[in-house]
Amino acid sequence: MADTTAGAVWRPHGTARRSTHTLRLRVSAALMGVTVLAVLLVPPLAQLDQQAVDLAAKLQPPTWAHPFGTDDVGRDLLLRCVYGLRVSLLVGVVAALTATVIGTAVGATAGALGGRTDRAVMRLVDAVASVPHLLLGVFIVAMFRPGVWPVVISVALTHWLSTARIVRAEILSLRSRPCIDAAVSGGASRWRVAVRHLLPGVLPQAGLAAVLMVPHAMWHESALSFLGLGLPTHTASLGTLIQTARGSLLAGDWWPTLFPGLFLVVPTLAVAGLAGVWRERINPRRRSELML
Amino acid sequence: MGRLVARRALHAVPVLLVVTFGVFAVAAASPFDPVKAYAGTAALGADQETLDRLRENLGVDRPFTARWWDWLTGAVTGDLGHSAVMRQPVAEVIGERLVWSTLLCAVAFTAAVLLGTLLGVLAARRPGSPTDRTVTSLAYTLEAAPVFWIALLAIWLFALKLDVLPAGGLTDTASEQVTAQQVLRHVLLPAGVLAVSQLPWFTLYVRQGVGDALAEDPVRGARARGLAERTVLLGHALRSGLLPVLTLIGSRVPELITGALLVETVFSWPGIAAATVTAATAVDFPLLAALTTLATAAVLAGNLLADLLYGLTDPRVKLSEM
Repeated sequence: MADTTAGAVWRPHGTARRSTHTLRLRVSAALMGVTVLAVLLVPPLAQLDQQAVDLAAKLQPPTWAHPFGTDDVGRDLLLRCVYGLRVSLLVGVVAALTATVIGTAVGATAGALGGRTDRAVMRLVDAVASVPHLLLGVFIVAMFRPGVWPVVISVALTHWLSTARIVRAEILSLRSRPCIDAAVSGGASRWRVAVRHLLPGVLPQAGLAAVLMVPHAMWHESALSFLGLGLPTHTASLGTLIQTARGSLLAGDWWPTLFPGLFLVVPTLAVAGLAGVWRERINPRRRSELML
Repeated sequence: MGRLVARRALHAVPVLLVVTFGVFAVAAASPFDPVKAYAGTAALGADQETLDRLRENLGVDRPFTARWWDWLTGAVTGDLGHSAVMRQPVAEVIGERLVWSTLLCAVAFTAAVLLGTLLGVLAARRPGSPTDRTVTSLAYTLEAAPVFWIALLAIWLFALKLDVLPAGGLTDTASEQVTAQQVLRHVLLPAGVLAVSQLPWFTLYVRQGVGDALAEDPVRGARARGLAERTVLLGHALRSGLLPVLTLIGSRVPELITGALLVETVFSWPGIAAATVTAATAVDFPLLAALTTLATAAVLAGNLLADLLYGLTDPRVKLSEM
């Protein structure tokens, strides 16, 4: 994560910047790869039961047999974490996709129609945006509990606002392009212009926003689960794992709390690192932008 | 300035109306039934007639728009309804708990701003140096770490292993009174964790702002005049680099509320954010609605503060023109 001053014009050959950037890219890609592989491959390959209770081996500190130790009923924590990450990732991806679809639809409608509709929709977006995300999420989940879908909906309904703003701004800048004038003077209907000419232009932006939203959605789901408002305990996510580990933590056993949290930090950092590298590639002047 | 405040307050009214209306609409659309919640297990054995009468008594047989209007007119006069889970009026719950949340947030926010500025300047001074890399990596890692996880690890370290700070609560369990000394001891750990969760953002923004300012002409001019590095850094770069950060301080209120929600729950801090979680777990609608509205009002006030700070600190901006 090294950066040189924006003012440094001349740079000697093979400076630290170049090497650390490749390093950052490699580390992020490797972490991302390990995460994805663990989530996709471990459950079908390892024919182990994550729910297997072994009371004789409860709360064992990390050993070779159990690299992350065991929890308060003797379940292997590594396996629990991988399954938890699977649940969190799935909820995060579904919620991020839903939020992106909502955000793109709202943003595109506002941007393409313009005028009064645009103003009304964006005022509504501003109003919803002034309720803190997690609080709104807590409220929605509290009213619709329990289950997986309330959580997904709660996360989706609190995350579409930024996408709507990005998509609207992008559509507004696209609208002033000559190709759109050409399409309109060629007799294309409003709908056709929006779907065939405007939407494809904003999809890359919306896609990037969706990818960046996944860690945030995972965080949101974990926070809800941690508060006891999220997923039911039989589909344990990382947040649920941390929540259930609280008892052991107060007894002095740190590993059931530490490892599920690390499983949240690592993918977040990997996504942030990849996004940072990508942004520096397309816009090298504005380095070290905030990306979380 | 007065005009700006008045105009913003006027803008806040429709936002609050929309938000409260939305809250009531979501509640009406949800499967949650206030009658069943009110009657509890007694509702299982009750016949339809009793349930209907109860529905009428509670006033929930009317459309949600009417209930929303009632609630709104009540709220203007200070009557926010009755909280079932706290067994007292909602206004009283807020009055008792608001002060503790404010204390926690104020301490945490001040610490985060001061420490964030310090770390940001240190990192920006020599971009790419080991200090810079350490600070930036640490900031990104902390930003990625969930605050409730940090809070639990902090309890483990400071309360269990080192045994220097209490693990939670406002006072010791044995104490009967709330003394300043006890509160001070108990606020350190939660405020520290909350500050750590807000720290990365400040650090990175200050680093960015000061770093950009260091590359600009005024700083080059100051260096050319032979001013001390200290003066250049603090008098020139920090002053202009902090401007964008200052204006964003007010807009951090949502993140602060989110952080407080989790931190207060972990540390059993008797604040308003912890009450939100209690209300949500027990589906206490009057309390939830009031707290959501209150949080929205706080966010709007934060935005106003951001604009005011911008006008007050940046001589190029005139408040009368905003």
